[in-house]
Amino acid sequence: MSDTLENIKQQIAENDILLYMKGNPNQPMCGFSARAVQALMSCGERFAYVDILEHQDIRAELPKFANWPTFPQLWVKGELVGGCDIITDMFEKGELQPLVSEATKA
Amino acid sequence: MSLQHNITEKLSKFAPEYLTVENESHMHSGPANRETHFRVVMVSDSFEGLNRVKRHQNIYALFEKEFSDGLHALSLHLYAPAEWQGEAPESPSCAGKH
Repeated sequence: MSDTLENIKQQIAENDILLYMKGNPNQPMCGFSARAVQALMSCGERFAYVDILEHQDIRAELPKFANWPTFPQLWVKGELVGGCDIITDMFEKGELQPLVSEATKA
Repeated sequence: MSLQHNITEKLSKFAPEYLTVENESHMHSGPANRETHFRVVMVSDSFEGLNRVKRHQNIYALFEKEFSDGLHALSLHLYAPAEWQGEAPESPSCAGKH
């Protein structure tokens, strides 16, 4: 297994709430990442992020592993929740907050 | 054949009750007349019983080649007929060059 894939699996396993995005939460570099991070921050829980613009190896490998071609990607408790469209939809329906707050427990 | 046409044609095979494919590339940086960012709204029986991730993955899987050829964003709003309320959210405006 490549080091990058190993690295990705470790990140997903070790971080209960993890956002792969373009840029960082204070300075998102893409409108889709900006919208996703805004929704996630509104939920009020701490989360980890990886700026894939700074990690081109992850940018190349993660889509294959995730079966998901684009960014952002939100992973909660080791599972892919979705990209911007899904994150926004869940946020607006009040489903995102309980998901992430549950993830921070135990 | 334009990418927009290609996307529309592939999605039409699902016999959707409703389908729009919008080229939103002009909202992002790059040369004129490019085809990099699309927004799809689709209502189809085929989404019935599938969660959000699976629906997206089923559609993304049709466009592996297009993504590797430079398609950058495919914003998907996918509904089973019973969920469809006649409108889908708009895409965000661009925040960078990526």
